[in-house]
This record gives sequence, structure tokens and C-alpha cells, in this order.
Amino acid sequence: MGSTPKIELRNVCKSFGSKVILKDLNLTVNEGESVVVIGSSGTGKSVMLKCILGLLQPDSGEIFIDGQSVIDQPSHIREKILLKTGMLFQYAALFDSLTVWENVGFGLMQAHGMGRHEAKKIAIEKLGLVGLGPELADKNPAELSIGMQKRVGLARAIAADPEIIFFDEPTTGLDPIMGDVIDSLIRDCTQRLGASTLTISHDMESAQKIADRIALLYKGNVVWSGPAKTIETCGNPYVEQFVRGDVDGPIKLDILKP
Amino acid sequence: MEWNFLATIGRVFINFMTSVGHLTKFTGQSLRHCIIPPFYFRLFLRQLMNIGYYSLPVVGMTALFTGMVLALQIYVGSSRFNAESAVATIVVIGLTRELAPVLSGLMIAGRVGAAIAAEIGTMRVTEQIDALVTLSTNPFKYLVAPRLLAGLITLPFLVLTADIIGVSGGYLVATETLGMNPGNYLKSTFEFLEVRDVVSGLIKAGVFGFIVSLMGCYHGFNSTGGAQGVGRATTNAVVSSFVLILISDYFLTVLLID
Repeated sequence: MGSTPKIELRNVCKSFGSKVILKDLNLTVNEGESVVVIGSSGTGKSVMLKCILGLLQPDSGEIFIDGQSVIDQPSHIREKILLKTGMLFQYAALFDSLTVWENVGFGLMQAHGMGRHEAKKIAIEKLGLVGLGPELADKNPAELSIGMQKRVGLARAIAADPEIIFFDEPTTGLDPIMGDVIDSLIRDCTQRLGASTLTISHDMESAQKIADRIALLYKGNVVWSGPAKTIETCGNPYVEQFVRGDVDGPIKLDILKP
Repeated sequence: MEWNFLATIGRVFINFMTSVGHLTKFTGQSLRHCIIPPFYFRLFLRQLMNIGYYSLPVVGMTALFTGMVLALQIYVGSSRFNAESAVATIVVIGLTRELAPVLSGLMIAGRVGAAIAAEIGTMRVTEQIDALVTLSTNPFKYLVAPRLLAGLITLPFLVLTADIIGVSGGYLVATETLGMNPGNYLKSTFEFLEVRDVVSGLIKAGVFGFIVSLMGCYHGFNSTGGAQGVGRATTNAVVSSFVLILISDYFLTVLLID
């Protein structure tokens, strides 16, 4: 493992008005490591990811990608940093005005300056890696099922062979079989690329399949972090409650009991 | 009670000034990205087609019937003091200086401004704009700049077309319905028409085109809250375009009158 973490968050805080979302959050993803951040809805997982990607500005703290700070950087510097990354969105976020192959090859053409012909060739190759045939290349994303759209999103995330890949709830909205297919693809693709990955999820089964290390986020902070295989036996009350799915325990949800 | 009233006025004023600040910042960012490379020429051409070419029927119809109605109304008024010969001059000056740019601007706001807001708003709520950022593509350059430039450039051409069609409409009604002499009508049309009449209308058109595109992009870009938010953004884009076109029309007229 290299000495510089691929992703590092130091004391990151983020609030919306009086609502504190992230509170002195610290997290590290090392080279080649797959980290899954789990937690209930509203614990700040998506906000954390958006802060790392520069879509939101943290109130304080530092975020580094490959040792380079991403906070307060001008957009052209941040664009350069993001060239090393790929992202699979929760609902794929495919561009509906473009065809499937144009979606996959978008980053190659726009950010890496590749020609359309070559980008299409690579896009079809990447579609093959996620189990989609070349006959889908010229279709519109709206013609595909959500499972297929996610696979296209995955192909887009890995198109430029990124060093770091982010996954936002990769199995949400999928049936268990398709969820398993996506998990396997994530595992295969990231291992093939040797990429470091940061996934946010509340799907325990998925997390255990794709993670080397799991971190549990609660009230904007990591309350437990450890190897994926130890999650069932770690003895942490937060983790135990989350794994069992109990209402009672240290994790308090903002819901009114009947 | 009095305190509440003052607080409400204060809140409305602060909200208004906040919106003005946001819009100013957005405009500044957009203009900066219009002049700094990279430029997306293909997208610019596509917007030229969307805003310009596909708006020709609606602008043409508006101009034709406006010219026809204008000729009829002015004939009715001018015949009361035996000044029927002024119909052609008033029609051409009224159209070129005022009616063609304003009515075309309003029609384009309804057709194009709404479409821009809906498209960009949908991209916002489905995370497609976030996806652009993660693919190292600046959304201001990719989405906003081509639309702003296309709006700025195409509307003067549309208005020039509207001028010609509107004058032709007036000519048709004057010669076919009102029995005026075609040669005299054409002579009167061009005798008192000055280049600055046409140019002032084209300058207004450029400003209106910019306003329509800017409002569409701004409200779409800042839409939140799913389908309802996109609907709200579309309405706001159209209404604010209408209001800004009418307000700026007065100030432009004052500026260009001499």
C-alpha cells in the first residue's frame, strides 16, 4: 500500500442552517482499498460524497484526493483532480439527450479530448465488461431498464480507467438478483483496474460483498470502522443495532413512535 | 401587528436582494465561461437550431398577424383625420422599433425559455448536472454558455425575419382589404424608414434573447424538489423573462430613441 491515502477527510464539518450534517468527520481510503460507508438515511453519507466531489463546500475541515486538497480549488484544478475519479450515481444519472455509448464515452471525449470514433470503440468495450452488448450502444437510456441503466452508469464510471471510483447506493431500487449482479460487477471491475473505491450504502449484504473495510456513519461521524469480515462480531452497539435492524439501541431515528 | 408587517416587508426585501445577488453571480459566471475556452461548438449549433430555426413558425405567425392587425387598426384611426397615407410608415416603424422585438421576445420566452428551464431543471433533479461535474465537465460551459450565446445571436435574425413578414402582412391587408395602392404603400414604407429603426429593434432583440436564455438557465440550474420544482422553475423562467423583457424594453427605448 502507498503511504498517501487516495482519499482523506480530516475534521470535515457541514451544516445546513441549524442542522448539523457532518461533524468532525475523519475517513481514509488507502490505495487499492474498497471502503463502504454504511448508515441510516439522513446520517450524512450523500453529503460526505458530495463534499469529496466538490458538489458541496464543507464549512470546515480538509479533504484530499491523492494528497491534493480539493477544497477552495478553482474549477479547472478540481476538474483535473476529478479526472482520476469515476462515479456511479444512485439512479445512474445518465444524460438522456445522449445515446448509451455517448454516455459511456462522455468523459473520454469531453475531458480527455478523445475522438468520437475511438471513444465509441472504448465505450462498447466497457459496455461488454458490464455485460451489455454492442447492440445497445445506439439506444437512448430511457429505453433501458433501471438495472441496465446502472450497468451503463458503471461502464461510464470505469470508462477512463480511474484510480478512484465512488458508488452512491449502487443496489438501491434493484431486485436482489440484479443487486448481486451489480455487486459482482463492481468487485470485478475495480479489482481489474486496481482502483480504490468509496461506496455509500445502507444495504448490509451489498456492503459485505464489495468492502475490504466498512465504516458506520451516525450523526455525521464515523462511530465504527473495521474490516468487513469482522462487522458481525465487532461488539460495537451501533453496528449490532444496524446489522440486526433493531429500532431499539444507541441509533435514534428522527421518527415518531405510534 | 405593525411589527409583523414590517418584518414581512423586510423578509421580502432581503429575499429579493438575495435573488438579485444570486442572479448577478450566475450571470457573471456564465459570461466568463462564454469567453473562456473550451467552447462546445456542436452544442452551440444545436441550440442555434432549437432557438432559431424551430422558432421561425411561431415568430413568423406572430409577425404576420401583428402586421395585418396593425394595418387595420391604424387605418381605422388615421382615416378619422384623413391620414390614411401614414398607415405604411406607422406599420413599418411600429414593427421594427417595437412590436417585432417585443412580441418575438415574449413568444421565444414561452417556447424556448420554458424548454431550457425544464431541460436543465430535470438534469438538476436527476443528478445529471452533478454527473457532468464528476466527468470533469463544467456545466456552465457545457449547458449555459451555448444557450446564452445562441439566444443572443439568433433573436436578432428572428426579429429581422419578423420585420419582413410583419410588413408583408400589413401590405397584404392594406392592398387587398383596404384597397390601398400597392406602389404607394411600398413607397411610404421605405420613404421614412431609417436604418436606426431596424438596428434599434435588433439591439433590443439581442438583449431579449440573452434575457430569455439566462432566465431559462438560471431557474433550471437552481431548481430543487423533483417534478414540482421543475414545474416551478419553468413557470418562474417564463414569468421573469416576460417581466424583464418589458422592463428592459422601456430602458432600451429611452437609450436608443435618439
